[in-house]
Amino acid sequence: MTDTNYFLEATYLIASILFVMGLKSLSHPDTARRGMLMAAAGMAAAVLGTLFHPAINGWQGYVWIMTGLAIGSAIGIPMAMVPMTAMPQRTALSHAFGALAAALVGVAEFSLRGHSLGPVKVGALGFEVMLGSLTFTGSLIAAAKLQEMMRGTPIQFKGQHIVNLGIFLTMIGLFVSWQLNTGAIWMFYSMIGCALVFGVALVIPIGSADMPVVMSLLNSYAGLSSASTGFVLSNNVLIIAGTLDGFSGFILSILMCKAMNRSMSNVLFGGFGAIIAEEGGAVGGTMREVTLDDVAVQLAYANQVVFVPGYGMATAQAQHAVRELGNLLEERGVSVKYGIHPVAGRMPGHMNVLLAEANVPYSSLYEMDQINPELPTTDVAVVIGANDVVNPDARDNPKSPIAGMPIIEVDRARSVVVLKRGKGKGFSGLENPLFFKSVTGMLYGDAKTSLTNLAQAVQKV
Amino acid sequence: MNYLLFTALVFVVGTDAENAGHIPPAVLIASLYVFALAAFLGYQVISRVPPLLHTPLMSATNAISGISLIGSIVIAGEHANRLSTILGTVAVTSAMINVTGGFLITDRMLKMFRKKENIKAEEKK
Repeated sequence: MTDTNYFLEATYLIASILFVMGLKSLSHPDTARRGMLMAAAGMAAAVLGTLFHPAINGWQGYVWIMTGLAIGSAIGIPMAMVPMTAMPQRTALSHAFGALAAALVGVAEFSLRGHSLGPVKVGALGFEVMLGSLTFTGSLIAAAKLQEMMRGTPIQFKGQHIVNLGIFLTMIGLFVSWQLNTGAIWMFYSMIGCALVFGVALVIPIGSADMPVVMSLLNSYAGLSSASTGFVLSNNVLIIAGTLDGFSGFILSILMCKAMNRSMSNVLFGGFGAIIAEEGGAVGGTMREVTLDDVAVQLAYANQVVFVPGYGMATAQAQHAVRELGNLLEERGVSVKYGIHPVAGRMPGHMNVLLAEANVPYSSLYEMDQINPELPTTDVAVVIGANDVVNPDARDNPKSPIAGMPIIEVDRARSVVVLKRGKGKGFSGLENPLFFKSVTGMLYGDAKTSLTNLAQAVQKV
Repeated sequence: MNYLLFTALVFVVGTDAENAGHIPPAVLIASLYVFALAAFLGYQVISRVPPLLHTPLMSATNAISGISLIGSIVIAGEHANRLSTILGTVAVTSAMINVTGGFLITDRMLKMFRKKENIKAEEKK
């Protein structure tokens, strides 16, 4: 090794250590910011070290590098300024970029040194490019769905599973046969084509409500694709960072599946939200509509109020209005808590970020398992644009499509107020017996307007 | 399960050491150790992240996996032929989007998670 190489490897080692320390600091909100600063410093060290890489070819090489870095920053910085409600689609897009980068490195490496790579590297390279390509298109579709540029409901057609299986097997077949005959470049490029199509085919049948799982899974694929790049380039920091990303996504997707009591294959191939629409209507009864003033009085004289937000809060941009109402209630001595279901929203932790943005202190944000024991002693539970995550059918009705899914048991509270846009069914098309219970009062209208009006009414009580 | 199989595939591809060709077995084995240990470490570290911070976790790991930037920098900088240079430069661009955007937005988010006392102190100002 030359001196440059030692310098390079040292920066990579420092980066790896700082990445791990950065992620470790995320175990508590108080240490998290400093930790991520360390991770960013690690990244800067690794990039700086790489700029002295001996393979970089003269000033022209630097021109290309700087062009890429400049354009990347010019796009990346505005992408960090998006409103918090747009976090899910922004994250999906960044999965797409990460995967694209890994795939392109693979293709470029193959075009440069494909003939001299050993079978191990060719295997890792194929894996990297395949996973990168399918994550790229899959993430773009997910982003389009989240941005509502595309229908959010599952897109399904007859024989879809067979078509998807066909694409998948063709892709794997091309991968294997190309491994056996690396000279056949057309196989390599056809495999990329199949992977790009497969990414689309994988995500279009999945409904928006299942996006937390899909996002985590794509996160994991993007990470693994980076890790494979590390194998191709024999670069340890790439392996470490990619594996950390891959495992993080994997753990999150398992947590999300558990929070819905569904298996990964059910989420990926179940087309949830399309098939079950006709099974609804079994529960009957009337929904009790309540007036704004009634609710205001109830809230004002409560000891404890729990807000349970769902994706509806994000679409109505109601997080600030919730916080204002919560403030008023706290001033009156009401204990105000927020119960957050793991799959509320469109990505893991979505609701927490929105409420934190609206100045809710993190100590008021409770996880599902923490808030459930408190609900029986809660006077009013306010459901804001959430549906399935508070559906008692999941607990009581073994025939329900969401049977066994853990829920926030708002129906155990002394009274429940549901803020809802209209009388229609929720996203999954499931009937929610909570709305027909005697403890439940329905307050129809836009969540933000309702909450603002409630705050005014509470002030008058 | 699919995921485990994919992971296993990496191993199978990796352990085909018999005709490892241009990659010295020692390097390959070291790489596999790194992979296995990073996986274990990742599991340990990440399962301690509370659900409260799952969105920042996702954007943070995203930013970190932008480390493929260093691979792309070398390919773009090598300036070997037109195809690889263009692919490399596009890869530098997309990885850089994740690095800058990812770290900035993670910080922006983490800044919002505050204690009650801190929020009250700020509101007084």
